[in-house]
Amino acid sequence: MSRELFKFKGGVHPPEHKTESTSRPIHAAPLPKKLVIPLRQHIGNPAKPVVEIGERVLKGQMIAAADGYISTAIHASSSGTVVAIDLQPVPHISGLPDLCITIETDGRDEWVAHAPLDYQAMEPSQLRMQLRDLGLAGLGGAVFPSAVKLDPGASRDCPTLIINGGECEPWITCDDMLMRHHADEILQGVAIMRHLLGSTDILVGIEDNKPEALDSMRSAAAKLDFAVEVVAVPARYPGGGAKQMIETLTGKQVPSGKLSTDIGIQVFNVGTSYALARAIHHGEPLISRLVTVTGHVLRPQNFEVLIGTPMHTLITLAGDRDGTTGVLMGGPMMGVPMPDLDVPVVKATNCILVKSKELFPPLPKALPCIRCTRCADACPAELQPQELFRFAKAGDFGRAQEYHLFDCIECGCCSYVCPSHIPLVDFYRYAKSEIWAREKDKRAADLARERHEFRQFRQEREKKEKAEKLAAKAQTKRAELAAVPAAEGAAVSDADAKKALIAAALARAQAKKSDAAPKNVDQLTPVQLHQIEEIEARRTKIRELARKPLEPEEKNP
Amino acid sequence: MLAAIGVMALLAVAIGLVLGWSAIRFKVEGNPLAEKIDAILPQTQCGQCGFPGCRPYAEAIAKGEADINQCPPGGEEGVKKLAELLGVEPKPLDEAHGTPKPKSVAFIDEQTCIGCTLCIQACPVDAISGAAKQMHTIIAAECTGCELCLPPCPVDCISMVPIAEDLPHWKWKHPVVMMKRVA
Ligand code: SF4
Ligand code: SF4
Repeated sequence: MSRELFKFKGGVHPPEHKTESTSRPIHAAPLPKKLVIPLRQHIGNPAKPVVEIGERVLKGQMIAAADGYISTAIHASSSGTVVAIDLQPVPHISGLPDLCITIETDGRDEWVAHAPLDYQAMEPSQLRMQLRDLGLAGLGGAVFPSAVKLDPGASRDCPTLIINGGECEPWITCDDMLMRHHADEILQGVAIMRHLLGSTDILVGIEDNKPEALDSMRSAAAKLDFAVEVVAVPARYPGGGAKQMIETLTGKQVPSGKLSTDIGIQVFNVGTSYALARAIHHGEPLISRLVTVTGHVLRPQNFEVLIGTPMHTLITLAGDRDGTTGVLMGGPMMGVPMPDLDVPVVKATNCILVKSKELFPPLPKALPCIRCTRCADACPAELQPQELFRFAKAGDFGRAQEYHLFDCIECGCCSYVCPSHIPLVDFYRYAKSEIWAREKDKRAADLARERHEFRQFRQEREKKEKAEKLAAKAQTKRAELAAVPAAEGAAVSDADAKKALIAAALARAQAKKSDAAPKNVDQLTPVQLHQIEEIEARRTKIRELARKPLEPEEKNP
Repeated sequence: MLAAIGVMALLAVAIGLVLGWSAIRFKVEGNPLAEKIDAILPQTQCGQCGFPGCRPYAEAIAKGEADINQCPPGGEEGVKKLAELLGVEPKPLDEAHGTPKPKSVAFIDEQTCIGCTLCIQACPVDAISGAAKQMHTIIAAECTGCELCLPPCPVDCISMVPIAEDLPHWKWKHPVVMMKRVA
C-alpha cells in the first residue's frame, strides 16, 4: 500500500477553511422557477439548440446538440417550457452575456425516457458518441469534453489512469463530500474509464487532509474486482493540479507543450467519474452537480444543484449575511469574480465563495517588483514569474512565450507570495488572451491575402478570356465575309475584309436608325407634322452629306 | 606549374557549376524583404496608404519609396513592428492617410440594395456575394473592413458596423488600473 511519492517544485500552504462546509450533509437545492442554461459550458464549440421557444421539454432531454468533435450536448435540468433562447448573463468575469436556453419549470420534474447503457457490449467509438450526447465534461474546472479524453487514439494507449481527488484549493469541499458519500459510484465510473482507455495502473490521489474521503474510497476500492490504489498525497497547494498530481504519484513530468497522454497518463476528476457512472448505469445526462457554497454565509454547505439554477438562490439557501463584498466562482486562488448573482450554476461551478472584508481583506496597493524571486520559488510550473510579469506588462509577448508563458497553470501561487502584492496572474491571463487574439488576427490576415491574390488572378484570367473570345469572334466574322467574294472568284485581302466588316456594321446601324419610327405623332396638328417632315428631310440630307463629304457640288443645294 | 593551374581551373569550373546550379535550385521567389513587410501589414487591402493594396505598399517600403507610417488599420503597433523589422525608429502614424478606427465589417441594407453589383466589383477580397438584380450580402467573416464598397454604391445602402465585443472575442484587459503605482 505504501507507494513512493514524489515532490513537485514550489507550491504554497494557504489556510484550508475546509471544515466550514463539511460539517453539514449534502442538500438537494430546490427546483427553481426558471433555469437558464448556457450553451457554452465546456471547452470547444458551444452546443447548438435543438428545441424551439414554446416547446415543452422533459428533464434530461437534449436541448442543444454537440457541434463538432470537441463539444458536448446540453440538457434540460428539469421539465418545463422553453421560454427564451437568447443572450443572458453567464458566469464569466467579463460580465458579457452569452447564448442561453431559458426553461420555465413546471414543478413536475418529469424525466425523459432513459435507460442504462450496456457499455461493455458497445463499440468504443459509439460509446464515446453516447457520452458526448449525454453532455459529459470534466467537472474539475477545465470542463473539457470527456468523450475526447476517453479516446486513447489509434496508436497511443494509456497505461496509467489517475483519478484526481486532490481538491487542493482552500474552501472547496464538493469533491471531498462526493468521495465520502458516493465512493462506490465514483469507482463504477473508473471501471468504465478503464474499459475505454485500457489502463492497467489505476491510482486515486487524495490529499491527506481528507481522512474520511480516503477511508470511504479505500473501502469501496477493496470491493472491486480490479486493482485501484487509493493514495494519500501530502496537502500542498496546487497538489490537485493535474500535472502536479501526476508528478506526485508517478514522478513523471509532462513536458512543456505536451499532453499527459503523450507520456501515457490520463487524469480525471472524481466528479467526472461519478457523472460518468450516472450516465452509463442510469442513462442520466449531466444535469446537476455538487456545489460548495461557503465563505461569508450562515450555513456553509454542499448542495446538489441543477445546472441553470441562479447562484443567488443558493446563497439565500445557505443564509446570506450583511457585509458581503463579492462572490467568487471557484476558490480564493483560482476563482473568478462574478459580475452578477443572477448568473446560473454551470458544469464548471464547483464552489460559490462569498467574500467579506474580514475573510478577504482587500489587498494593499501593488508596489514595484523588487526581484526577490519568491514567486519563482513558489511556482509549481518551474517558471520565472517575475520575468513573465515584466514581459507581459511591457507587451513583449514574444519573450513571454519564450519564457513558457503557456506552461503557467494560473494557480496563483506567485501572486499569493509576492511581497509587493502584484496581481501577477492577471498579467499572465492578459498576455495569453492578447497572444490568442493576435493569432486570430494573423489567420484572418492570411485569409484576406489569399482571397485578394485569388481575386487578382481571377481578374487577370477573365481579361484574358474576354480578349480571346473577341478575337475568336472577329475571326469567324472575317471568314464568313471572305467566303462571299471568294465564291465570286475574286481574291480578297485582309484589309478589304475589314472594310467589308465595317460597311456591314454601318448598314446594320443605318437600318436600325430608319427602323426607329417617330413616336407620339398621332395627335399632332398638320403644321407640326409638316415641321417634323421638314426636319426629317434635313436629317436625311445631312446623313447623305456625311456619307459623301468629298463631292463639292452637293455642298450648296 | 601546369598541374597546379589545371587543378585551380578545374576547381573553378566545379565551384562555378555548383553555384550556378544552386542559384537556380534555391532561387528565392520575389522580394524577400517585401514579403516580410507584407506579412506584418493587416491585409485590409483598403488602399489608405496610397497604394492599390497591401502588397504594393510592402514593395514600395522595401524599395524605400514609401514611409512605414501610412497604414491606419495596422495602427501604431504595425508601425512599431515595421520599424523593428527595418531597423529604423518608429514614428507616429501619418494623419494624412487616416486614423485607426475600431474594427468593423460592412453591412448591406437588403431592403435598399438594387443589385447593381458595383460593390462586388469593388471588394478586394471577394467578400460580397450576389448577382445582377439580386440583393447582395456581405460575408462578414471575410470582410476586412476596408470600406472600398461604400463609395460605388449608388443608393448608399452599405454601412460599416463595428464588431461588438462578445464572449468569444473578449480579451483580458491590461491590469493597469491596479498597477497605477508601479513604475
Ligand atoms: S515575488 Fe513579487 S516582488 Fe518578488 S520577484 Fe516575484 S513579482 Fe517581484
Ligand atoms: S500562476 Fe503561473 S507563474 Fe504563477 S505560480 Fe502559478 S504557474 Fe507559476
